[in-house]
Amino acid sequence: MTAQTVPTATDVLRVAEPRRRAGRRSPAARIVFGVPYWVLTTALAIIFLYPLIWTAVSSVGPRPGTSQVDGWGFGNYVALANYQAGIWVYLGNSAFVALLTVLLTLVVSTFGGYAFARFSFPGKNLLFLTVLAILMVPYATLLIPLYVILNMVGLSNSLVGVAIVLTMFQLPFSMFMMRISFESIPRELDEAAMVDGATTFGALRRVLIPAVKPGLITVGMFAFLAAWNDFMAPLILITDTNRMTLPLAVANLRVQVQGVIDYGATEAGVVVLALPCILLFLILQRHYVRGFMSGAFKG
Amino acid sequence: MSTLTPPRRSKRARRDALQGWLYASPTAIFVGFVFLLPLLLVLQMSASDWPLLAGNRGWNFPDNYVDATQHRLFWDSIWFTLKYTVVTTILLIGLGLGLALLVQESTRWKSFLRTAFLVPSALGLASASLLFYVLYSPYAGPFADLMQAWGFTFLGTPEGALWSTVFLIVWRYAGFYMLLMLVGLQSIPDEVYEAARIDGASTWQTFRTITVPLLRPTFALTIVLCVTGSLLAFEQFYILTKGGPDNSTMTIVQLIYNVAFQGQNDLGIAAALSVIVLLALVVINVFQLRAFRRTDEN
Repeated sequence: MTAQTVPTATDVLRVAEPRRRAGRRSPAARIVFGVPYWVLTTALAIIFLYPLIWTAVSSVGPRPGTSQVDGWGFGNYVALANYQAGIWVYLGNSAFVALLTVLLTLVVSTFGGYAFARFSFPGKNLLFLTVLAILMVPYATLLIPLYVILNMVGLSNSLVGVAIVLTMFQLPFSMFMMRISFESIPRELDEAAMVDGATTFGALRRVLIPAVKPGLITVGMFAFLAAWNDFMAPLILITDTNRMTLPLAVANLRVQVQGVIDYGATEAGVVVLALPCILLFLILQRHYVRGFMSGAFKG
Repeated sequence: MSTLTPPRRSKRARRDALQGWLYASPTAIFVGFVFLLPLLLVLQMSASDWPLLAGNRGWNFPDNYVDATQHRLFWDSIWFTLKYTVVTTILLIGLGLGLALLVQESTRWKSFLRTAFLVPSALGLASASLLFYVLYSPYAGPFADLMQAWGFTFLGTPEGALWSTVFLIVWRYAGFYMLLMLVGLQSIPDEVYEAARIDGASTWQTFRTITVPLLRPTFALTIVLCVTGSLLAFEQFYILTKGGPDNSTMTIVQLIYNVAFQGQNDLGIAAALSVIVLLALVVINVFQLRAFRRTDEN
């Protein structure tokens, strides 16, 4: 990517430059330009928020599409909770895959980013370019041979296998992010620790890791969101009903006996899936935006 | 550093290299076993008889490639994927820029709008697709009564299925592209606008002669992202339409999935399709990057 500094969320979300000279317009002109603007932006805000609000509200509403017509309450969530293996199994599977992916991504990209930022070794550029090349290869293209390979090594139908695959797809973004995080820390900092007798690992652990914490948070958050939301890897790699992740289980709710689709439970499932993502987004908005900025090429 | 004598330096360099490799080894292992190995395997599979359950039954090149291109949905799925890609790219780039221009300044209302436009991007694509699956439903959605009264469905016709999916994607991704556009807009120096204002340029003239040309690198990035993402569309169609009605929304990745795991169960042909897609994407990306570099130089 470019060497230009990464704009933080504060730059983008809060202190955007006021480019239009509002004060220069007459009051009449401000009304003429202002009213359509307010109408347009209000309509847009409604379009963007309505689907989310409607789903959240109707998830505690009557259960549509089923014979069991009760009123407001948590009936949809009860139906979701009792679906097949039970929601706790699917939530547990999703949490396991997400946390293992976060852990693997953080470990691999911390060590890798440190290696790329601070050491020179033969094959360094080739390895880094190979990591970036993952971006060029379509997800679906790799999943079919991965299905075969995981079968060979006894990781077929396994959540660990899914986490390993998801970690690999996180590497281009996380390696790039950790490399520039380490490179933005002055070398003097860890060299001083090594002069004091620390090993490279000691300097990494005591000095550098605390310094690159914002990068680690961004990488961890993106790995979590990617793993929590991933659909295609578990769809292809998991066949056992008890090992499905939550998105897969919710999608399977639609394939019901006698063609009856439990829309209510699907709504509840969408809420359970979306809630952690939206909360994480609102809490970590700053990191979220910065991650987009520096990893924008990832998509 | 320059004062170090050569022997010490080379010793240090060797230690450096060793440690570097040590720290890079987890990366190398992942890249080797989970990326390069499957990449080689997909090539082998594409040239082998490889039923889903029976496994490898030996080379059969070029049978899989012939079968892949002669699949009755091969050209239809390519045509549909291209159509979908053009539509989503135009809409997302245009809307992304439009939204960014609407919320550029920092007032409280505009900060709220930015967050509102961005929240859908926090959802997973599968979750968003499931959400719209209920929303579009003729039984449970908010438009269910209207649909009954007027006798239409969102996903029942080829055109309806395409545009309903496009709407979902625009809803999910517009905020993301707005964000990229905002960053691009921020990189344009204020002095340029100041100069235009002194010269008496109108808002439209400023937009056309300053904003659009100076946003070229942002356009290049967003178009590459959007094209690549749309060419590989899968989840939204898998969840909303399953490629229907009448295979009218069959994307190329959905076709690969179907050939491999639904009905045909032929991993060899699916691998051949994958290799074709992989090569096409590499060519398209190289072509796009080269085109943008050329316009950059002008």
